[in-house]
Amino acid sequence: MNPAYSVIFFTTASGAGYGAIVWLVVLALLGIVPLTPALGASVFVVSLALITAGLLSSTFHLGHPERAWRALSQWRSSWLSREGVAALATYIPILVFAVGSLFFSAHNNIWIWFGLIAAGLCLVTVGCTGMIYASLRAIPRWSTPLVVPLYIAFAMSTGAVLVIAIASIFWATPGILAWFTAVITLAAWMLKIAYWRQIDTAKPVATAESATGLGVIGKVRLLESPHNSENYVMREMGYTIARKHAARLRKIALVVGGIATALALVIAGLLPAPYAIATSFVALICAATGILIERWLFFAEARHAASLYYGASEV
Amino acid sequence: MTSLPTSNDGRKLGLVIDLDICVGCHACAVNCKEWNTGGHSAPLTDENPYGADPQGVWFNRVHSFEAGDGDSGRTVHFPRSCLHCDEPACVTVCPTGASYKRESDGIVLVNADTCIGCKLCSWACPYGAREYDYADGVMKKCTMCIDRIENQHLPPEDRLPACVSTCPASARHFGDLGDPNSDVSLLVAERGGYDLMPEMGMQPVNKYLPPRASTRHDLETPASPPEAIPASTDTGSDFLNWVDRMLTR
Repeated sequence: MNPAYSVIFFTTASGAGYGAIVWLVVLALLGIVPLTPALGASVFVVSLALITAGLLSSTFHLGHPERAWRALSQWRSSWLSREGVAALATYIPILVFAVGSLFFSAHNNIWIWFGLIAAGLCLVTVGCTGMIYASLRAIPRWSTPLVVPLYIAFAMSTGAVLVIAIASIFWATPGILAWFTAVITLAAWMLKIAYWRQIDTAKPVATAESATGLGVIGKVRLLESPHNSENYVMREMGYTIARKHAARLRKIALVVGGIATALALVIAGLLPAPYAIATSFVALICAATGILIERWLFFAEARHAASLYYGASEV
Repeated sequence: MTSLPTSNDGRKLGLVIDLDICVGCHACAVNCKEWNTGGHSAPLTDENPYGADPQGVWFNRVHSFEAGDGDSGRTVHFPRSCLHCDEPACVTVCPTGASYKRESDGIVLVNADTCIGCKLCSWACPYGAREYDYADGVMKKCTMCIDRIENQHLPPEDRLPACVSTCPASARHFGDLGDPNSDVSLLVAERGGYDLMPEMGMQPVNKYLPPRASTRHDLETPASPPEAIPASTDTGSDFLNWVDRMLTR
């Protein structure tokens, strides 16, 4: 599948934003980090900026962005529509919780309930994003039970790194939180390794034989393409550029996004507050780099059943 | 509404494509383009049409496959277009309701006025039947020539999809596959018509008829090949030939 940059940015940026909001609610609920107005406001502003930028960028790849509002109408059948509805609905409790926690101190009062609703809706929105891909049977590597957990796991891990980085500016990163974030980050990448292992060993779902029904005669090969130039389906669904680098890119993503991020977080947890800022931001940059490569691979490595009509032998 | 119609009168208009007869002339694809570039989803935009790398929207494309090896191998010309599935994922994924399946006859269409061009329907279709029009910013697809089959201005014999009416070999048939006694349904039953990629669960309406078995008996591979030793491995000794046979077993 063609890795559209707008969709890569949307899923990673909004994922981190939603994840950060969830952690903010959890921290407020547990009272672990003193939610000073400055820290709370910073997390809210950065998260909402990431979510909003992501949502806007997702409309850039539309043929008719001015009609994007219509995408809210088919939530009964379409995961994309559900994602849009959930994303917009999530703004309301987030903003109410933000006002409550910044101006009325969220602990032990009614505002935290809006926080819990916000956190729930954040997870639902990320889950809808995952379901958009997981529900596409034509792309067997997406249509697996691991895709939704992966989207949620990476939203939570990148969101946690974001909160740690912002908190470090305010000298408010207890070591234990940074270490916990390191564990979550490694857990997310373990899940990714499981996903990679699964898609590498999965039996083909469809073949050139089943796509043409000519398997009764024998092995099926494309003799002549319908035309000698590309078409939309080949551009969008038959993306193979740089797929040969996939193995190396997986390693880079894992080392930078997983191991380097976790290492920087562990060090950040050991250092006194002022010095933790630099390492926390190293962790943030590593996590962002890793997740961008991971998301690029998610698209570039996925094979679409329609490619069977253009020379692929199995998907 | 992108939820699928729950009830209709059982009509399923569709195509039956005879892979035994298709000669791969591409006339169906060309006449489809000709009609539909002025039809319901017009225009079928071309990019750089006279340049070195022309691209454009087509609803129907003819692939050629080789199946099998040796004497039993076949070259099969394979026209591919929207199959107007009973469970069309392209319709249910549509966030705007622009994609829909007609209740009256099961034809899957796109409303170009409400399509936002998100392309998700083309991702959902395992058959690569939907093509995005980069110039119009909307998705386009086979309309089963609704502007021909229902067109009162055409003489009745011309109320057929353009691909069907133009096929010089009569490899394409159009009719109601929901009616078990229609000509197309009888043809499918008689010839063992099948679905493409049934494992995708889309339940395509269009059916393909398989190539008939070869009648060139002189070309047929014998059921069990004779166990003759190739001349080059003949050692001249019965014993060594026996050893060779044993080892190659």
